[in-house]
This record gives sequence, C-alpha cells and structure tokens, in this order.
Amino acid sequence: MSPASGMPPRTLFEKIWDDHLVSGDDPALLYVDLHLVHEVTSPQAFAGLDQAGRKVRRPDLTLATVDHAIPTTSRSLGIRDPQSKKQVDTLKRNTARHGITYFGLDDPRQGIVHVVGPENGYTQPGNVIVCGDSHTSTHGAFGALAFGIGTSEVEHVLATQTLWQKRPKTMAVEFEGPLPQGVTAKDLILGMIARLGVGGGVGHVIEYRGEAIRGLSMEERMTICNMSIEGGARAGMIAPDQTTFEYLDGRPQAPKAEGWEAAIEYWSHLPTDPDATFDTTHTIDATSLVPHVSWGINPGQTAPITSTVPDPDDFSDPIEKDSVVRALKYMDLRPGTPFVDIVVDHVFLGSCTNGRIEDLRRAAKVVSGRRVAEGVNAVVVPGSMQVKAQAEAEGLADIFQSAGFSWREAGCSSCLAMNDDVIPAGERCASTSNRNFEGRQGRGARTHLLSPAMAAAAAVAGHLVDVRDWS
Amino acid sequence: MKPVSEVRGTMVPLPQADVDTDQIIPKQFLTRTERTGYGDFLFYDWATTSDGAPSSDFFTNDPNRTAANVLIAGRNFGCGSSREHAVWAIQDWGFDVVIAPSFGDIFRNNSVNVGLLTVELPEADVARLHDVAQDPNASIRVDLESQVVETGDFVFEFDIDPAVKERLLNGLDLIGLTMQEEQAISTFESRRPAWMAYS
Repeated sequence: MSPASGMPPRTLFEKIWDDHLVSGDDPALLYVDLHLVHEVTSPQAFAGLDQAGRKVRRPDLTLATVDHAIPTTSRSLGIRDPQSKKQVDTLKRNTARHGITYFGLDDPRQGIVHVVGPENGYTQPGNVIVCGDSHTSTHGAFGALAFGIGTSEVEHVLATQTLWQKRPKTMAVEFEGPLPQGVTAKDLILGMIARLGVGGGVGHVIEYRGEAIRGLSMEERMTICNMSIEGGARAGMIAPDQTTFEYLDGRPQAPKAEGWEAAIEYWSHLPTDPDATFDTTHTIDATSLVPHVSWGINPGQTAPITSTVPDPDDFSDPIEKDSVVRALKYMDLRPGTPFVDIVVDHVFLGSCTNGRIEDLRRAAKVVSGRRVAEGVNAVVVPGSMQVKAQAEAEGLADIFQSAGFSWREAGCSSCLAMNDDVIPAGERCASTSNRNFEGRQGRGARTHLLSPAMAAAAAVAGHLVDVRDWS
Repeated sequence: MKPVSEVRGTMVPLPQADVDTDQIIPKQFLTRTERTGYGDFLFYDWATTSDGAPSSDFFTNDPNRTAANVLIAGRNFGCGSSREHAVWAIQDWGFDVVIAPSFGDIFRNNSVNVGLLTVELPEADVARLHDVAQDPNASIRVDLESQVVETGDFVFEFDIDPAVKERLLNGLDLIGLTMQEEQAISTFESRRPAWMAYS
C-alpha cells in the first residue's frame, strides 16, 4: 500500500478509493477498515445474518456501542423504556455471539459512536469507515473516507467486510484566510451549508481545504466533517497533517512503535497532490464569516446571528419560498425579527457534532461566573463517558452545575430525542446538534442550531446572542 | 428481495422539497427490532394531530389514496438520517416506486437494497406529474426494463445505473453475490499491513 510512482495527480479521496478496491470499477467493491455499530440500525442486520446462516467476517474490525436511545440520567436507573431496553439487550447479545468489541452502558468507554471511535484511536487516516448512521462523515476529519449506510448495507459489511459503491464526484471547498476571533468551526460549516444548500453536496465527497481548515484542532475538524451530510454530501474529509498525528499518538488503538512509523509514512502520502483536480470547487472567504444560527427546519435555513428572520418574498424560487413559509410557521417566527431577540426555553449542549471536550471547554468559558437565565432548562450531555470524566477532572462539570446546567451521562440525547430528553411541543431550544428538522427534538419542538459558545451564551441571556459581544 | 419490473397503479403527489427521513419515519418508531410493520407510522407527525388522531388533509388518511403505489415527491427527497426504516415504511404502506427530481444519497442506496424503485426525472417533468397526480384515479405506468414513465399523454424516459437496474430486475441477493468475490476479498486482506490491526 505504498504510493505508486508515475501515477497521475490524485485527490485524498481518490487515493483512499484506489487503495480499497477489492473488485469492480463503478460500482466498485471497497474494503471496509472499520465498521461502527450501534443499537438502533443493527438488530435487523444481525437478524438477516442469522436467517441466512452467515457469520461476521471481521469482528476484529467492528466496534459497537450504545448511544441513540439510551437514558442520560444515572446509569444505575437502567433503561425504563422496554423497547429501548430490548434493543440494547439485542446488541449486547449479538456482539457477544459474534465476538465483537462492545462498549456497553456500564463501560467507561461508552459514548456516541462518532466520539468513541476517534478518542480511542480506532479512526485513522486513509481508512474506509462505515456505520449505520449518517454522521459517520465525522471521521473524515482524520483524512478517512467515512460515510453513513443503511441497515441492509450494515448486514452486507458484517458478512463481507466490503461494500459496493458507485464512485462519487469530488468537491473542494476552499476556506481562504483565517477564521476571525469568536467564529468557530460550527459557524464555518453552518455558513457553508447556508450558501450551498442542503442538497448542494449530493453525489459528492467534499474535501475541506484552505488556511482556515489547517488551523483547526481535530475536535473542530470533526464538527465540520460531521455536518457534511447536512449539505447532502456523501462524505467530508480533511487531509491528515501534524495536528492529526499528534491527536492520534498514544491513543489505545493507534499503531505503536515500528507500526507507528510505517503508518506515518503511509498517512503522509495521502493529502491531495498539488495538480489534482476536483469535479467542483467552491471558494469561501473565511475572514468574512460570523457566528451563525439556524432559523428554519433544515440546516440550510441558517443565517448570521447579526441578521433578521428572512421574508419568504426574498426567495425567488417558488419551491424554496414555500419551504420558507412552512419553516416560519413551524418555528413561529416573523420576518424581520432580529435573531438576538429570539427567546429560548431550552439549551442543549452535546451530540456527535459538539459533544467533545473542546466544545465543553469553550462553553464553560462563557458560562464561568454566570447563571443560567430563569426559566431556561439547560443541559450538558458529554459525547462520551471519557469526555465526561475529563470534563469533571478539569472542573468544567462544576462550572456548568454551579451555573444551573444539568450534567448528564453520555449519549445522543436531545439531538434526536429517542430517549426521555424530549423538548416539549411549542418550546424553543438552542442546540449544538446538527439537525433542526421538524419534530427532531420532539414533536412540535423548535430547534436553533448554533455553536457551543453561542449556546452557552443563550442559556445565560435567555435569548439568542452574538457571543462576540461578550468577549 | 422481490424483483421489480413493471409497476401500474395510481399516484400520490408530495411536491415539498427536502423531505427528510425524520419526517418519513419519526424517531419514536426506531426502537423496534423488527424489519416490517412500519407502514402505519409513515409520515406519522404529518398524518396525525398531536393527540394521535388522523389529520384529515393528509394523503395517508384519504380513502381515495389508499391504493396508490407511486409517490411523486420533491427534490432531495429522503435527505438526512440514514435510517432504512424510512424505506421500509414507504414500502410497507404500499408504494413500489418513488419519483423525484433528486434523492438523498443514502436513501437512494437503501431503496435499491430492498427493491424500492427510485426514478429521477427533471424538475419540470416531476411538476407535470404532480399536476396529473391531483386526480387520485389518474393511472401511471413505470417500466424499469424500457426505462419509461407513462401517464395520460405524458411519456418520460429516465436514466438508471445499469448495475442497479439489473439488481432490481432480478431481485438479486447482494451479499450472496459479493460472497462469490471471496478470493478477491481474501487477497486484499492478506495485503493489509500489520499495523492496521486493532488490539
């Protein structure tokens, strides 16, 4: 798997694709280096295997945890909902039967699958990574080709460790210049989706490039790649570099000793060659970005915090206009309302987008010495039990709790509200998660997507604010 | 998987853009471990009022639409979550085909894997179908073999990936097919460097 000489210039995506070709061309049969599994999209896949009398081909390349539908209250209380309990018990049984590593509810490594993979060193540059979850794109932050699959494909990967894929198109998004002070990775990706639209990336794998990207930490890169799917893209990726290697060095599953040297050599050849071309290129001036907040019912319906709720009449495309009318009705917003005047009832800090230690640090910095506004229900759900333990060790949990935040156990929680963390109908939530779809956080619940610092500020102020005004 | 070739029937128009899979099958139904039985929950939050009663103006509650088997959707249909439950719900309700200007990538892949035919047509053609589909009795024919959609005076040809077409026409078990690549998979595995192993 060493780089071939005399090859035409290739992109990061093309190198990974070429190095994973088992058979065929388009569709190609690709080898899967890491298959992540969780409780919600796997039971029918394991049942299908059993029915056909098939085995898991590579349990050693498969990792399972529980995250989607589990409670975030004390683990000692167990799972109240009988159906969720059955689903979790089913995963436990299936992983035990097939010899798959399982981070269960009582495991200190349990957490959201897209937090757990990277923090334990499973996620590595150059990998093909799949999971029955659309936010698998998160792992692209390491220079991996990572994408979400459905349950039939989960079964296919369990049985064969491969997947048939039609070759996607490539898209470069160049972020020129550095990110301004007070503007975060979340604002960068929300700003991009606002420009390209929720269908802008369909059929493509995006490579995020440019000065603003190179300056980001791994946590921030994960936030960006995580939301690739919200722009419709098959996957998002960022070339591995020193930042990537430093993050991985010493993690439990990262290569060791001579293996580490060999890995670094291979990984160093992965970045896109200087003369390689993309099917589509977009350029965004990163220096012009400001904090963003969503106002509608898809992540493309997002705008700078400094602006106002849009008017349907501002949209010329009739389909888009209809969508805006529908969004404003669902969100109970009037055109022209300044975003900073929008009052919130709930604040949710967490998810595979923004539930990592750096996210909690940024939010804690805003919260420190302040109190959650009266009437606001503010909750922190760490992305994993390891993030939770680290945040407690750093004193972040104390900061949140003394400010009036509820401090929970790890899981997906209010991002999709499959557990009890449901936002009631008609109530408004400032959320660091990734989707503001109708009913996503609870039937009739109204979601505003924003960054951890912005969410923390909203919790304290009781309404949306431009966090830059506070620094 | 049941083979798909020719589908004749009636339509439901759903012209809204960017319908995500959270709408198609809301999360409260994803804790089930079964593979079937999702039809009653299709578009649940749109099909019911907050107390669970049927919403009179939604197609799933319209007696004139219960036999419909072709959904005429809007652009970027099935975006968002990877949940295959969305495709299962659409099939369980009774749809055999979804026609739209574009689809979410994962939704489209999931559809192929369970034999739900997704047909992409230009936005203007889909708009015509939305008009025709206002009449619950208007008939439609979708022929995968000849790649044609026919209703009334309209005949639209559509493109489809030849590999997808073959799988749908023959109802092929993809895992079984891939297992015939055993030699190639094993050879690939033997070349993976040792440092890629997890401990």
